[in-house]
Amino acid sequence: MPADRADQSKLRKALDALAGRFGDAVLAGAADKSELAVRLTKDVIVPALSFFKDELGFNAFEDLVVFDNLNSPDEGGARFTVVYRLFKFPGAVRARLAVEVGDGESLPSAVPVYRAADWAEREAFDMFGIPFEGHPDLRRIYLPDDFEGHPLRKDFPLAGRTGGL
Amino acid sequence: MAFREIDLNMGPQHPSTHGVLRLKLAVDNEVVLRVEPVLGYLHRGMEKLWESLTYTQIVPLTDRLDYLASLSNNLAYCLAVEKLAGIEVPRRARYIRVVLAELQRLASHLAWTGFMANDIGAMSVLLYGFEAREDILDIFEEYCGARLTVHGIRIGGAVHDLDGPLVSRIRAVLERIPKRLADIRSLLDENRIWKERTVGIGRITAGEAIDYGLTGPPLRACGVAWDMRKDIPYSSYDDFDFDVPLGTNGDVYDRYLVRLEEICQSIRIVGQALDGLPEGEFKAKVPRVLKIAPGEAFHTIEAPKGVLGFTVRSNGTDKPERVKMKSPSFINLQSLEHLCQGNLFSDVIGILGSLDIVLGEIDK
Amino acid sequence: MTPFVADVLIPLGKIAAVILYPMVMVVVMIWLERRVVALMQGRLGPNRVGFQGVLQPVADAVKLFFKEDIIPRQADKLLFNISPVLVMFSSLLAFCFVPLGEPVRIGTTTLTLWIADSPVGLLIVLGLSSISVFGVIFGGWASNSKYPLMGALRSVIQVLSYEIPTGLAVLTVVFLARSMDLVEIVRRQEASGVWYGFLMPVSFVVFWISAVAETNRAPFDLPEAESELVAGYHTEYSGMKFAYFYMAEYAHMVLVSSLVVILFFGGWLPPFQGVKALAFLHAVPGFIWYLVKIMFFLYLYVWIRATLPRYRFDSLIRLVWKWLIPLALANFLVVALVRFLR
Repeated sequence: MPADRADQSKLRKALDALAGRFGDAVLAGAADKSELAVRLTKDVIVPALSFFKDELGFNAFEDLVVFDNLNSPDEGGARFTVVYRLFKFPGAVRARLAVEVGDGESLPSAVPVYRAADWAEREAFDMFGIPFEGHPDLRRIYLPDDFEGHPLRKDFPLAGRTGGL
Repeated sequence: MAFREIDLNMGPQHPSTHGVLRLKLAVDNEVVLRVEPVLGYLHRGMEKLWESLTYTQIVPLTDRLDYLASLSNNLAYCLAVEKLAGIEVPRRARYIRVVLAELQRLASHLAWTGFMANDIGAMSVLLYGFEAREDILDIFEEYCGARLTVHGIRIGGAVHDLDGPLVSRIRAVLERIPKRLADIRSLLDENRIWKERTVGIGRITAGEAIDYGLTGPPLRACGVAWDMRKDIPYSSYDDFDFDVPLGTNGDVYDRYLVRLEEICQSIRIVGQALDGLPEGEFKAKVPRVLKIAPGEAFHTIEAPKGVLGFTVRSNGTDKPERVKMKSPSFINLQSLEHLCQGNLFSDVIGILGSLDIVLGEIDK
Repeated sequence: MTPFVADVLIPLGKIAAVILYPMVMVVVMIWLERRVVALMQGRLGPNRVGFQGVLQPVADAVKLFFKEDIIPRQADKLLFNISPVLVMFSSLLAFCFVPLGEPVRIGTTTLTLWIADSPVGLLIVLGLSSISVFGVIFGGWASNSKYPLMGALRSVIQVLSYEIPTGLAVLTVVFLARSMDLVEIVRRQEASGVWYGFLMPVSFVVFWISAVAETNRAPFDLPEAESELVAGYHTEYSGMKFAYFYMAEYAHMVLVSSLVVILFFGGWLPPFQGVKALAFLHAVPGFIWYLVKIMFFLYLYVWIRATLPRYRFDSLIRLVWKWLIPLALANFLVVALVRFLR
């Protein structure tokens, strides 16, 4: 469809703008039919999110997904891959921003840019133990505060009891 | 009278928290100062559990997320897996899915109308809403034997075909719903007390709503026409002619009107899907043990509660590496404190009700 | 008749009747409410125990009787135990002053259908029914729990505010009847030929709305709004103490309905007094007319409950101070003026 193609060229332009702005921090980028996928280094994630929101018009924060790469190492080789999904409305364009985070490393919080990231980051902290620096209220969201371990890590056992409950 | 600020603990065993939600409220007499939702009372570790199950075994567990709209969860998950595995769903199956998903939306919205009215004190509407919903649950029962956790949509298609008697039964039910809706509307729409309790309560502007990540009817009540069925059509939704009802004020009353109007639109969609039901298979051929090459897919649908999405990452085996759910209730609930600030304690219940949350989906 | 019968048996019988009559009405009312609301909502309601489920309230009472009586550890035990009794007692006591009809002649004796005929019966009944709010306040406060406290606070503000229009509406009746004796008020209506409800519809409407609010019934059931305050002031009560609160609420409704009928709808008088063609209506005993009228207002309670959503607290108070009290005052002045000019 021509509409798609027009979109795609626009997305490519956005990708170029991103590369121009952040240079080497953009590790990879691809523009699909209506989706923009980029890999970034973790220190530029907040400025990159601001760039997406303010200059590219991605006004909605859709989801924050964490993958534990313990059993299937990702390209970067770090323990976790954190994916931010953004949505642009109107226009129905998606963006996928991926950063690599090592075990024990922290990530700057996206809450100052997208308020919707608040609970998503608390969930990621609860389930994977990734601390988000600058988060206004970083506590476990589901599990009790004295729970030990982070259940969605691949090395956390599926069955059995741990401390806390 | 001087009245000190008190902390009020609402839930997890409170009649109006729609499950096991706990709200920590700080109130000054009846004015709400702070609201802090405390989650996790229904946390079952679904996402961890899914990593140990095969792709097909996960489908029935998705029923238990938003248990008032189990077919929508099935649909979102199956679409994500199909996108990842490259499974082409037959046209007839897509239509059957639309019929099921829209019936589920009807059931969910009708139940919501009842719950919401009961929260505000209109007890009869609860029963009227549930009576209408009961008809739809009966259809599900006839379709596949289950009423609540239906498990009616499978990877590659649907469980059964839609046969003639069931189609005519669905049509008969769809004809009854507008009359029941009219009963509800005559009790509430112009009722002064109802309007006093809902108009201007829990207002949010379109910009703030998007910033807080609101989706679904609460967002459309602000006048934002964001509906995934139109924006990123899935499952042949672009074949059907329907409107996206919008509100203007973004308050509780507009959320109520938007949902009631969506019920009418869903009836239209089901009617069109039944009229145009194409011939063919109701299910694609999917291998019994589904192994998917490493990859990642994200798919969203417009569930009754808002935009529901699944991220599925595969690793080459018959079990997923990770399944992450983007649940609309979870994100919508985040805005509760913003919506409640400065309102009265009674309004917290109305506002919470108007967001239409289901704890099974929030706590996962 | 021997003095023993006249001085001991008859009063004892009357006392028993004054306890039994409201209790029977309460049982009937609870059953009626559950069945009628169910039918309005397309349900069946209780229909298993006894004929059409009439014994369901009795079964519930038996169940509550055997339930464990829980007193919260932090509660003020004395007030916690006193308040259900206070609520029940004040409602029942008020029935002593509510006449059931004109005196009946049995053989040579005249049997009065009331226990105490006081020249200020109206004031006593209103006063006693107001005492029950103390039970609500004490119960809510003594529970030492937040929801009951909020329920009690709401109740105090609500009942105190609605006392004012009630009083103003009642005063107009006193103006016309020139008496505070409940029997006398009915006799005056008989003499004038027009029931005061039709003569002063505004007074009746104001009194009825205030009465619904004072009995904490929908749409003014904020002190016990279940979706907000769990069960309001009686959240912490269980067993028979809860049953007392529950029955007292219904007894209060019966009392208020009786008052409405006596003050505004001619008590035990048959309808259409002046119409000759309908004189056969006088054949029906006055007590039956009285009951029918009371049942109508009890039914109205149920009907309102099944139809309307609940007021919010601020609009409830706005309603009474901005609408009902000015309306009642204006009505009061008009009635006073008319009374003065005639």
